[in-house]
Amino acid sequence: MTVPVESPGRPVPPAPGGQGPPGPRWDAAPGVIRPRHDTEGMVRWGTRLAALLPGAALVGLTVALLIEALPAIQGNGFGFFTRTTWDPGNFYNPPVVVNGVTRPDGASYGAFPLIVGTLASSAIAMAIAVPVAFGTAMIVVHKLPRRLSNTFGMLLEMLAGIPSVVFGLWAALTLGPFLAHHVSPFISRSLPDVPVLRYFKGPVGSGEGLLTSGLVLAVMVVPIIASTTRDLLRQVPRGTQEGAVALGMTDLEVVRTVSIPWVRTGVIGACVLGLGRALGETMAVAMASGTVLGTVPRNVYSTFGSMAGVIVSQLDSALTDATGFAVETLAYLGLVLLAMSLLANIGARLLVRRASTTALPVGRGI
Amino acid sequence: MATLPAGTALPTASPHPERAFGAGTTVRRRRWSRRRMANAVYWGACAAALAGVAVPVVWVLAGVVNSGLRDWHWSVLTTQTVGTGGGLLNAIAGTLVIVVGVAVIVGIVGIAGGIYLAEFCPEGRGGLLRGGSEILSGAPSIVLGYVGYVTLVVRFHWGFSLAAALVVLSVMVVPYVVKATEVSLRSVPTAYRDGSEALGMPSGYALRRVVLRPALPGIVTGLIVAMAIAVGETAPLLYTAGWSNNLPTTHLFHAPIAYLTYPVWTFYNQPYASAHRLAAVAALLLVVLALLMIVVGRIIVAVTQRQSETSSAPH
Repeated sequence: MTVPVESPGRPVPPAPGGQGPPGPRWDAAPGVIRPRHDTEGMVRWGTRLAALLPGAALVGLTVALLIEALPAIQGNGFGFFTRTTWDPGNFYNPPVVVNGVTRPDGASYGAFPLIVGTLASSAIAMAIAVPVAFGTAMIVVHKLPRRLSNTFGMLLEMLAGIPSVVFGLWAALTLGPFLAHHVSPFISRSLPDVPVLRYFKGPVGSGEGLLTSGLVLAVMVVPIIASTTRDLLRQVPRGTQEGAVALGMTDLEVVRTVSIPWVRTGVIGACVLGLGRALGETMAVAMASGTVLGTVPRNVYSTFGSMAGVIVSQLDSALTDATGFAVETLAYLGLVLLAMSLLANIGARLLVRRASTTALPVGRGI
Repeated sequence: MATLPAGTALPTASPHPERAFGAGTTVRRRRWSRRRMANAVYWGACAAALAGVAVPVVWVLAGVVNSGLRDWHWSVLTTQTVGTGGGLLNAIAGTLVIVVGVAVIVGIVGIAGGIYLAEFCPEGRGGLLRGGSEILSGAPSIVLGYVGYVTLVVRFHWGFSLAAALVVLSVMVVPYVVKATEVSLRSVPTAYRDGSEALGMPSGYALRRVVLRPALPGIVTGLIVAMAIAVGETAPLLYTAGWSNNLPTTHLFHAPIAYLTYPVWTFYNQPYASAHRLAAVAALLLVVLALLMIVVGRIIVAVTQRQSETSSAPH
C-alpha cells in the first residue's frame, strides 16, 4: 500500500492502480529510471489467466472423460462394479442395442477384478512403504550427520526421478523372477494356513503379480512419504524433545510421546497422497502385474490387472470395436480411477491444510 | 536427539530418595534394560528401513546400467529404428524435441501461474487455483493420455502428433512449475517489494527487475524437475505422440513422433533379441537423462545456497 507523502520539490509516485494525486508524471522527475511501458495490468491479467489454466485443465479433463464415458455408464450400469467378466463380444455378428447403447453382440464388461487388483497392489505397497519411509526419515533426521542426510535427500530425488517405465522393466525382468525363484517359494512353504497369511500360500507363479507390483509401487511411493516425514520431523520443537530426554525417556519413548503426535497429521496426509499415486500408477504395474482380465487374484502371487494398466494395454485393441463401446468402457474405467486418485489427493490436502506446518509435495514428491 | 550414555544414573522420580536404591531397584533396573532393548530394536528397525530404501535404488540403477551397457552400441546414437531393431536416433531426437517444447509451454504458463499465486492473488483467494493445480498433479497419467487421445487426436483431428503430446505432457507437469515458482517467490523477503514500491516502481517492473531475480534458481530447478518427469513419461505419450521410425519433422499436427520410453514399454517382451537390446539401451538413456537433470537442479540449488549463506537454519 503506497501512502502518498507530500514532499517538497519531488513529484509523488501514483498509488498502484493509477489513482495518485494530479501533478507532474512521477517518472518525469530527474534521476528516475523509467520503465518503457507500464505493464502492470497486462502482467496481472496474463498471470491470472495462466494460474487459471491448471484448474481449468483438471475440470476439462474430467468433463471430457465423463462425456466419453456416458454411453458406457448407461450401457454397463452399476453392475460394472460387481461383474468379473471382460468380454468385448463378437465383432463379426451384427451389433445389438442394450440399455439404449449399441454394443457388439455378447459384450459384457465388469471392473470388479480390476478394482480388487488395484486396491490390493496399492495396499501391499502402502503396508511396506509407510513403515519403511517413516523409519528412514527418523534415522535420517536424528542419527545421520548433515552431509549424509543431504546425500539421502538426493537418493530420494533420484528414486522419484527414475521413470516409471524403467521401474516396470526392472520389476518384469529382475525383481519378479528373483522373487519367484528365491523368495516366494520359501514364504509359500513356510507360512501357516491361517486367515490372513493364507493369501501368501499357494502357487507362486512366474514373478508377475500382486507381490511384485506391490513392492515396486512401494519403492515408487516411498519418496513422497519419506520426504514429507523428514521435513515434518525437522520441525518438532527441540526443547520439547530435550525435555523428554531430561525426564529420562529413551529415544523410542521421545518419538512416541513427542515426535509422533507432532507429525501425525502431516504423515497421514503424505500417506494418503502416496496411496493416490499408487492407485494411479500405470506403466510399472502394467509391466509387473501380468495384466490379466476377468479373474480375481487368489493369492499375493496371482497375476492381475490394474485399472490404469488395463487402460494402457487394452486401448489399442478396444479401437477395433466399431461400435465404440469398448473405448467408452475404458473411459468409464478411467473415470472410476480418476475419482479414486483425486479423492485421495483432495482428502490428503484437506487433512494437511487444516493441521500441519509443511505443505504436501506435488506429484511424485520431488 | 541424545541417547542416554551407558552408565547414566537411573531415572528415578521417586518422592523417597532414600528408597532409590532400596526395594524397587531391581525391578526398576530390569524395566530400564527392557526399555533400552526396545530402543535398540527401534533404531535397528529404522536402519533396516534406510537399507530398504537404498537397496532398491542401487539395484534398479545397477541393473539398468548393467544391461544397458551390455547391449550398448554406438550406432544406437546414429541410426534410426527399423521395426524392432536398428538404433534410437529418432527416439532420442523426438524426446529432446518434446522436452524442449514442454519446457517452453510450461515455462510460460507455469511460471506465470506461480507469479500470480505468489504476487497478485489476494490473500486467501488463491486456494481454489492452488488446489486445482496441486490436485491436477494427482491425476493418473494414463487418464491424461486417454483424454488427450479422445479429444485432441480424434475429436480435434490432430492425429498422432507433436502438438497433442506437448499439450498432454504440459498439463501433466505444469503443477510442478507453478508450485516451484510460487514457493520460490514467497521466500523472497517482503522488504524487496516494499523497497521497490517505495522507489515508485510499477509492480510489474519491480517484479521483473527486483523480485524475480532471487527466486530464479528455485524456478529453474522446478522447471528442470518438470523436464525430467516429461522425459520419463510413457502413458500420456503412447496414444498422443504415437511412434515413428523417422526423425521428428517440423509438422505440429498429423505427424507422429518417436520418444525414448516407447521402446522400453513396447519392445521389452517382443520375441527378438534386437528388441530387448533396444529396450535395455533406451532404459539406460532414460535414466541417464532424468538423473542428469536432477543432478543439474541439485547443483543449481547448492551453488545458490552457498552464495547466499546468510540464514542460520539448523537443518
